[in-house]
Amino acid sequence: MERVPIIKIGQVLFVSIQIDLQDDSVLQLQEDLADELAVTKARGVIIDITAVEIVDSFIGRMLTMIGSMSRLFDAETVLVGMRPAVAITLTELGLTLPGVRTALNAEKGMRLLGGSV
Amino acid sequence: MDDQPIKSGDDVVRVRQLVRTAAAAGGLSLVDQTKLVTAASELARNALVHGGGGAARVEAITAANGRRGIRVTFTDSGPGIPDLEMALTDGWTTGGGLGLGLSGARRLVDEFSLTSEPGAGTSVVVSKWSR
Repeated sequence: MERVPIIKIGQVLFVSIQIDLQDDSVLQLQEDLADELAVTKARGVIIDITAVEIVDSFIGRMLTMIGSMSRLFDAETVLVGMRPAVAITLTELGLTLPGVRTALNAEKGMRLLGGSV
Repeated sequence: MDDQPIKSGDDVVRVRQLVRTAAAAGGLSLVDQTKLVTAASELARNALVHGGGGAARVEAITAANGRRGIRVTFTDSGPGIPDLEMALTDGWTTGGGLGLGLSGARRLVDEFSLTSEPGAGTSVVVSKWSR
């Protein structure tokens, strides 16, 4: 199983998913983020899915859970870089990712967090 | 094409890649490729989690009118689905998920057929046509 790295930039944890996600990698990412949030006391999480070709119901549910979990650590999660084809597919699948904020790219995501970090 | 076994999370990723390659070669648009790969991901996971493992077969197909498409067949020899109508309802789940896997996969493809017999496994065939 491949692991997704987490990079701390100031008060923000930056996650760029560059691998073909399998379920175990997403579960591991959730655990790693919880640990990092507890240790670093970061106030924001940016998850960049520019390179992610599909988000299915499992991956979508995990992204929602990461958003809820971050809030328990007083951190805001922003999902950035969703491909148009992924957005269309997610909508048709019926997944709306409740509670997860989105931005078009990492820069806009950072700006969105600017107010809260 | 040979059957791709589905025995681990890595195999689910492999099925996605096989379907992506076939869908791109079969002339599907990027959005249709993404829909088919997403549906395949749901169905491969179902075969793994609920069927105790299975196999997928990816085929290029041509309709009588010359239209090209991709067909993917998933089989498992798991416990089967006792109530198909329930299983295809949004929000119905046995796996603790959102219950969108099977019903969502059906929405993402052009053709969907499911056969299942309690105790004898499940087979799902999906197709997507180029436009």
